[in-house]
Amino acid sequence: MNPQVRLSSLALWRSRLFSTPLDSAISLVVLAALVWAFAPLVRWALINATWAGETRADCAPGGACWVFIKARFGQFMYGFYPAAERWRPNLFLGLVVAGIVPLFWLHGRARLALGLAALLALPVLGVWLLGGGLGLRPIETRDWGGLMLTLFIAVYAGLIAVPLGILLALGRQSRLPLVRTLSVVFIEFWRGVPIIAVIFLASLLLPLIMPAGVGVDRLARAVIGLGLVIAAYMAEAVRGGLQALPKGQGEAASALGLGYWQTTGLITLPQALRISLPAMTNEFIALIKNTTLVLVVSILDLLGIAQGSLADPAWVGMNMEAYLFSGTIYWLICFALSRWSRSLEAGGPRSH
Amino acid sequence: MINRISTTAVAAFAMLGAGAATAQTLVPSPTLDAIRTRGSLECGVHVGVPGFSFPNDKGEWSGLDVDFCRALAAAVLGDANKVKFTPTTVQQRWPVLQSGQVDLLSRNTTITFSRNASLGVNFQGINFYEGQTFIVRKASKATAAKDLDGASVCVAAGSTEEKNAADWFRERNLKVTITNFQKNDDAIAAYDAGRCDAYTAGVGALAGQRAKLKTPGDHIIMAEPISNDPQGPVTRYGDERWQAVVRWVLNGMIAAEALGVTSKNVDDMRANSKNAEVRRLLGAEGNFGAMLGLSNDWMFNAIKAVGNYGESFERTVGSGSTLKLERGQNALWTKGGLLFTPPFQ
Repeated sequence: MNPQVRLSSLALWRSRLFSTPLDSAISLVVLAALVWAFAPLVRWALINATWAGETRADCAPGGACWVFIKARFGQFMYGFYPAAERWRPNLFLGLVVAGIVPLFWLHGRARLALGLAALLALPVLGVWLLGGGLGLRPIETRDWGGLMLTLFIAVYAGLIAVPLGILLALGRQSRLPLVRTLSVVFIEFWRGVPIIAVIFLASLLLPLIMPAGVGVDRLARAVIGLGLVIAAYMAEAVRGGLQALPKGQGEAASALGLGYWQTTGLITLPQALRISLPAMTNEFIALIKNTTLVLVVSILDLLGIAQGSLADPAWVGMNMEAYLFSGTIYWLICFALSRWSRSLEAGGPRSH
Repeated sequence: MINRISTTAVAAFAMLGAGAATAQTLVPSPTLDAIRTRGSLECGVHVGVPGFSFPNDKGEWSGLDVDFCRALAAAVLGDANKVKFTPTTVQQRWPVLQSGQVDLLSRNTTITFSRNASLGVNFQGINFYEGQTFIVRKASKATAAKDLDGASVCVAAGSTEEKNAADWFRERNLKVTITNFQKNDDAIAAYDAGRCDAYTAGVGALAGQRAKLKTPGDHIIMAEPISNDPQGPVTRYGDERWQAVVRWVLNGMIAAEALGVTSKNVDDMRANSKNAEVRRLLGAEGNFGAMLGLSNDWMFNAIKAVGNYGESFERTVGSGSTLKLERGQNALWTKGGLLFTPPFQ
């Protein structure tokens, strides 16, 4: 639209919704339907809701009891992580933000350096901060929970999935038969197994077949299992990007005398990743929602904590509140991710 | 072979030194050793059943089944807090126990023949007599299932409960209308809305469901069940001494209630009680703890920390909780219930 004729937002809405009598009628009917559908929800969740108090006795009938969420907020966020140590996940989140936000402003070498440093240092730092040891009080992963755990699983499974997925995608395109076959077998195997089965096997079968005394942490097993499955999906997303590139790109690079790794690292992969970004974001959003599957092996992520809270006789029956609250958080995270990926797609050169 | 001979030899010596039960006669218990080495008990609990196993507002596991784990930790390690909980789902409970990730399960698991025989697990007693029963409005004056002639019952279609109830009424020639719903939640909502006179489920589940009704106080849960689903702690095959410890800590909590020993009077009872069984239970006389390879104040510690069975029941699912479950079958055998313990002799 030409900027000169851009209308004020009110006028814009009027022109869109009420330009003709028929349009007006349709708009009004749709609006009425929306009000009819959402009014009870709004009345329940906001107008008749109870916000202040300590116990369920403070809650008025007929409305949402947000007192429940308030009383359990710490658990929804951190699980059973000891209150005195919650500065650690907070600090880690702060460090992650501090490491990522400057990437939006920095350019060139500085951006690459900071990005690499963050990518290498933060995951290790996170495990240390959350898990403890070396001067920090050790906190077992069974005490981790809630949103913190959901994000942890998603991010660490993603850290396994993205690099592995890229390698697998390259491997699948490789001219070396062994590498190609291994990649295809890996991808097809992990893509063909239901995630819930992978989590079960990782959590239940591994301890049965492993020698006594060799214990891999329950959470680590779930994260690795999820990471491997998502890596297979990621690989296919990246392969889509690689195949979308015109052949001339690689050929031109070869003609300039670039080797395989230089061609891949400098020419094909950056372009392929940009093309496959929407698909990869899609996989990552799916991953965030799939983290809830760890519930079947009783790792209490955000949804698990919500369900556990519902078993407290003091709050029994708060199903709507628990699911609305956790559902909203999942939606917010996924929506934010989708916006972020759109801004990444929009920015930067795309020429090839 | 050598092992068997040496065990026999030890047993023979034990018989020679009749009565002098000392640590030398104890069979090895890898589970107890492991618990002591790691300094904590590993207890498999349910991910969430109101009153039985749930995280409270402070993030501590609580409930009737959880209490048992704490009592066991107090008996074995002298500290009810030295226990770590592994929440388990229905699907993962057996592998978690079988693979040794937990020392026992204490999680609303019904004792059945086939589980005992084919899963490699032993049940160590009954800590809750679960059974299918009915919830009705107090105003209806019905107090037992046989009073439901002519009534309507809301159930989830195709559930075990539906089949049990239909069979039970048919067998007794009672005309009861069974109204089917797709899910349990729909059935209980319909009951709450007055579409049926009763709703049926297990006692423990009903207690949780009742708390969700509009006015829980207007409804009663019938004490007499129409099915038999006793639940109790579970251990894996092997390590008989550990199994005895689990069994007798549960027995000890029941015995303590029968003998009037509570968390409040336990010090006084140990010092002043003239009842021989109380004195043996609390370690004031004999060395019952040592016979199992524990300290003699094992049950003293357990009762001091958690209380007797009755205290635990009332606090978690009974009158002290929001569930307000009656003792019913879970009352002592001396008080019309089924809860029983062999003697501490």
